Amino acid sequence: MVAALNAALRASLDRDSKVLLMGEDIAILGGVFRVTDGLVKDYGEQRVVDTPLAESTIIGAAVGLAMRGYRPVCEIQFDGFVFPAFDQIVTQVAKLRVRTDGQVAMPIVIRLPFGGGIGAVEHHSESPEAYFVHTPGLRVMAPATPADAFVMLQQAIASDDPVIFLEPKRRYWDRGEVDLAVDIAHATPMGRARVTRSGSDVTIACYGPMLRTCLEAADVAAGEGRSLEVIDLRSLSPIDFPTLVASVERTSRLVVVHEAQGMASVGAEIAAVVAERCFWSMEAPVIRVAGFHTPYPPNRLEQHYLPDVERILDAVDRSLAY
Amino acid sequence: MHTHGGNDFVQLLTPEGERRDHPDYPLDITGDEVRALYRDLVMMRRFDLEATALQRHGELGLFTPIIGQEAAQIGAGRAMRPGDFAYTSYREHGIAWCRGIEPLTLMGLFRGVTNGGWNPYEHNMSIYSIVIGDHVPHAVGYAMGIQRDGTDDVALAFFGDGATSQGDVHESFVFAAAFHSPVLFFLQNNHFAISVPVETQSRQQLVKRAEGYGIPGIRVDGNDVLASLAVTRAALKRIREGGGPMLIEAVTYRMGSHTTSDDPTRYRSNEHLEHWATRDPLERVLRLMEREGWADDAFMASLDDEANVMGATLRDGTRALTPPDPLTMFDHVYAEPHQQVTDDRAFLARYLQAAQSGDES
Repeated sequence: MVAALNAALRASLDRDSKVLLMGEDIAILGGVFRVTDGLVKDYGEQRVVDTPLAESTIIGAAVGLAMRGYRPVCEIQFDGFVFPAFDQIVTQVAKLRVRTDGQVAMPIVIRLPFGGGIGAVEHHSESPEAYFVHTPGLRVMAPATPADAFVMLQQAIASDDPVIFLEPKRRYWDRGEVDLAVDIAHATPMGRARVTRSGSDVTIACYGPMLRTCLEAADVAAGEGRSLEVIDLRSLSPIDFPTLVASVERTSRLVVVHEAQGMASVGAEIAAVVAERCFWSMEAPVIRVAGFHTPYPPNRLEQHYLPDVERILDAVDRSLAY
Repeated sequence: MHTHGGNDFVQLLTPEGERRDHPDYPLDITGDEVRALYRDLVMMRRFDLEATALQRHGELGLFTPIIGQEAAQIGAGRAMRPGDFAYTSYREHGIAWCRGIEPLTLMGLFRGVTNGGWNPYEHNMSIYSIVIGDHVPHAVGYAMGIQRDGTDDVALAFFGDGATSQGDVHESFVFAAAFHSPVLFFLQNNHFAISVPVETQSRQQLVKRAEGYGIPGIRVDGNDVLASLAVTRAALKRIREGGGPMLIEAVTYRMGSHTTSDDPTRYRSNEHLEHWATRDPLERVLRLMEREGWADDAFMASLDDEANVMGATLRDGTRALTPPDPLTMFDHVYAEPHQQVTDDRAFLARYLQAAQSGDES
């Protein structure tokens, strides 16, 4: 996936001379995950910028660059480091378009390696998506596969809206087929979910790092004679409810899976909307499999915190028990 | 008060209206140019009185008076070129004036009919920034864009003494210095962040912060329009020529309240106010003009007429500012359609329509 993201950045830098990358350690080092590896050599330090260590002004400067006509792609090194920039994101990036009656565009992408499962030290395994999904003016996207990472990052950069781009860091080293010749204008649109695996008994909705886990759960369930339909949400703002609703109307059951805490989460929003729209089709309440309402634990405990195949199957059992 | 109130600043016109020379900031200025600056100051003072009165009459929810700070802003604003770009806080009516934004346009925000009010690209000035210091990194980013475009424009960030404690402002100094960006940090030290005195923000003169970041800093009498003009001109010239970022600390005083909701008698003495009243930014220009014979009756009368017309336009225009259609709140949240916004808009449209037909039946 790292190579797919790198290729997407290259394609975007080639396509539009106004695209530039900025962040900590992204130029000389190539990013701590090497997503920007080699780019400063090919595009120069005016377009691939190592910034001072100050997240708020990485985003704040991106606002000014956007106002001058540039399309900044900012890397926040780790999920837990986005909070110093929170004010600039929710107060400025998200609102400048509407406050100027549409005169000022904010074509800014904020790349955010997110989620746990890599045994990292604290503040390196957060899932902060709900804060951004809650904020009008932002789009929030989370690819789950190398192929989607390649397409979706280019779409995010091409969009005139600001995009929080959540990269599932524990899937950075996943391998997968990527069609480098894909035409992003004709690829799956950026707000659209995808039914990754069709099934008939229970719908599983997930995104980012949880897709692979959910597909593994679906394999296990199939061995037990249960057919799970797995939906990769891809976009968290907007959420593709038509795709979700169509699936739940067939399966009558929904389990939502994410690493982020369940309280006031993407799963909570999905549960509320699906309950409202599918009330007469449902055989069970929406069940959430999510992080617990604790700060992310020390990494030796993370296997108890993160949803895994067993917890997903447990939720499937509970759904089917109704 | 000595730390921040001292007179060790660039001054070209004393409170008594006497010209002073400064070796680094010479200013050749004609009578007509002085009169033009005086006109700006008078119009801003009048605007302030009118807008405050409109708030007292219930026509504005809130207003942020500029009184006392006119010279700092007019001097800086008149030093700018059209291609320069200003980012300001919410008290920079003088900068807006110099950027060609009609006083009436500023009323929309304070009357609650818009959260912005103008197209930043028409005036090369962003909309007012309410969160303290938030806009300062924007100026740095804009300046980074100027560098990439290869022009000699300058981005300016206007902020107050309170903002100097904000992390974003410190970070902005760091970024601007690191990238040698063409940005001018224009700090108006008006001595108060609402009620908190500048001494709480800094134990030493704020201009001294600049050195720590490797940025040249200049301290100027912010109540002296000539000094503000000359120093800003010189700074902009240096920045245009590739000199990198600079900080100007304009020492001024907020003679009015923080906003019309504020009660300054709770935190400052009459003595302090009276002391600053003797350094009024308008009075000294008038004295100079009288001495030089530039304040003839015809000019003063025409200025009075112009202020009266502006006042009447502002009063009538403000009262005529009506709230936009409620459904416009959904416009421009996103550049491309977003289903949640589409759904919420449709809901409110139906809801309003139902309420309306209910009223009619």
